[in-house]
Amino acid sequence: MNSTIISLKNITKRFKVGEGEFTALKDINLDFKKGEFAGFVGPSGSGKTTLLNIIGSLDSPTEGQALVMNKDIAKLSHKESAALRNHHIGFIFQVYNLLPVYTVYENVEFALLLQNHSKAKRHKMVMEALEWVGLTAIADKKPDKISGGEGQRVAIARAMVKRPELLIADEPTANLDAENAHIILKMMKKLNKELDTTFLFSTHDEKVMKYLNRIVHLRDGSVEEDEIIVKEAYQ
Amino acid sequence: MMKLAFQIAYKNLMGAGLRTWLNVAVLSFAFVIIIFFNGLMDGWNRQSRTDSIAWEYGHGHLQNDAYDPYDAFTLQDGHAEIPSKVKNVTPILVQQGNIYPEGRMMSVLLKGIDKEQGTIKIPTEAFTTSTAQFPAIIGNRMAEAAQLKVGDQVLLRWRDKNGTFDASNITIVDIFDTTVASVDSGQIWLPIETLWEMTGLHNHATLAIANSNYEHVPIEGWNFESQAEMLQNLDDIISMKKYSSSILYILLLAIALLAIFDTQVLSIFRRQKEIGTYIALGMTRLQVVRLFTVEGSMYSFLAMIVGCIYGIPLFIFLNAKGIGMPQASQEMGISLADRIYPIFGLQLIVGTILLVTISATIVSYLPARKIAKMNPVLALKGKLQ
Repeated sequence: MNSTIISLKNITKRFKVGEGEFTALKDINLDFKKGEFAGFVGPSGSGKTTLLNIIGSLDSPTEGQALVMNKDIAKLSHKESAALRNHHIGFIFQVYNLLPVYTVYENVEFALLLQNHSKAKRHKMVMEALEWVGLTAIADKKPDKISGGEGQRVAIARAMVKRPELLIADEPTANLDAENAHIILKMMKKLNKELDTTFLFSTHDEKVMKYLNRIVHLRDGSVEEDEIIVKEAYQ
Repeated sequence: MMKLAFQIAYKNLMGAGLRTWLNVAVLSFAFVIIIFFNGLMDGWNRQSRTDSIAWEYGHGHLQNDAYDPYDAFTLQDGHAEIPSKVKNVTPILVQQGNIYPEGRMMSVLLKGIDKEQGTIKIPTEAFTTSTAQFPAIIGNRMAEAAQLKVGDQVLLRWRDKNGTFDASNITIVDIFDTTVASVDSGQIWLPIETLWEMTGLHNHATLAIANSNYEHVPIEGWNFESQAEMLQNLDDIISMKKYSSSILYILLLAIALLAIFDTQVLSIFRRQKEIGTYIALGMTRLQVVRLFTVEGSMYSFLAMIVGCIYGIPLFIFLNAKGIGMPQASQEMGISLADRIYPIFGLQLIVGTILLVTISATIVSYLPARKIAKMNPVLALKGKLQ
């Protein structure tokens, strides 16, 4: 563990609901260092996804300061936040969000297209990412021809192919059976160790929690407990 | 980045399958119809101009000041001797008369023309080979209306310069076929010397048709209307017809564009998660707007290719074989051939491609602007209304 890449100070997020407001996050103060394998845990409506969205620069806080890789999320323009996501942050979604008209290879390649890499370099990086997740054999298949577990592995490859410093995974195992969930989590843990990528999860899945080094318990938008797990379940 | 937008848009369109090809089919039809109608109009325009020059206008008309071609009452006095300094013209004397084919009375215009002339295509050489005392030439329309054929004689009554009626049988020595109704319908062509004799208006002319060597100098009592001025009336008619027929293809284009607009609106609603994913992967909202706009405008590109596949052979065929015009349409008073050969020029094709492409891009951009205002978090959840 080394430098701090995420620093959340007094983060509050409120949404308008009809005439009133709903407070999704209340005065959150957290720091995450590079290489952490951490998760936000809590029941539905506790603010896990909202917090991940702010960290991923998809949303901004109503109050407080969210520094991600020394960039103040609230002050970023659309272009700057897109560049942050493009170069430094990978996303894994609950329902994979693969682009349906693209093959597995093209889905993984997409993030690199936005970075203007040469075709040869893209090919090398995509094949490497597909090797990490063990999917080189189905590179030409389209998302509707692969299983859920394979789909989530494609999503991991797509998120990891650009070697981001931070990977955000929103309920990544929610649609997977136990066996596939373990495969995915082991894979992510391995990438975390090998590439020193920071992983941030939102989950209420016990299986995921077993793999986390740090669990931040959220309840009603507040941090209930920030639990550092000393012994790694993966080992 | 535009290259990327094109790559992604192409993949998305191909991935959309039948929906894409339905839009492309409708748009390609609009392409072909627009080019066809404009080509038809251009062909008609060219044919009308060529025939009007050959049969009626020559290189312009030198008209007596008192003569108004749209006012029959001016025929009485709208003539004079042509000044001797006027060269390279074919004088025409226009008078009124009546014929009595099969006992019916028909009002006609008598047009006297030099039998040696070569300025317009009226076949006056038939006068020189005829031995009839009053040889006459008429057009197909007149022949049909009066039930006359070559060799027939018909009683003609006219008035001389003093207003005295006279009558004699004229002999039809030739019947010509022309697309220019204004030298045919209700008209009888006679040798100008004969008409001079008949009316006593020696050396008089109502107008004179200039040939290619004519050089105009102002002459008192005579007004020169150039070929370009005379063609302007024709151009106005064609242009008016072009506007009226353009309503059809504007409607067709509107249907095609509506299909694209509808597809875009549905796409943006249905593909919210995809849009959210693009943004999460690092595309700016502007890039996503551009992507959807390119997708829409790419319909027009594909439509152009599809349109070429069936349009080019069709246009080549029509250009070679022409399009038959119904008989009724040839009686509208303007020059219209039995067959019109459409002209599909480069300007027309490029203009149509630009029109359709720009229109498709605009209707694609309009709904795509909504993306710029999308909340990516809601888009990812597919919760936008």
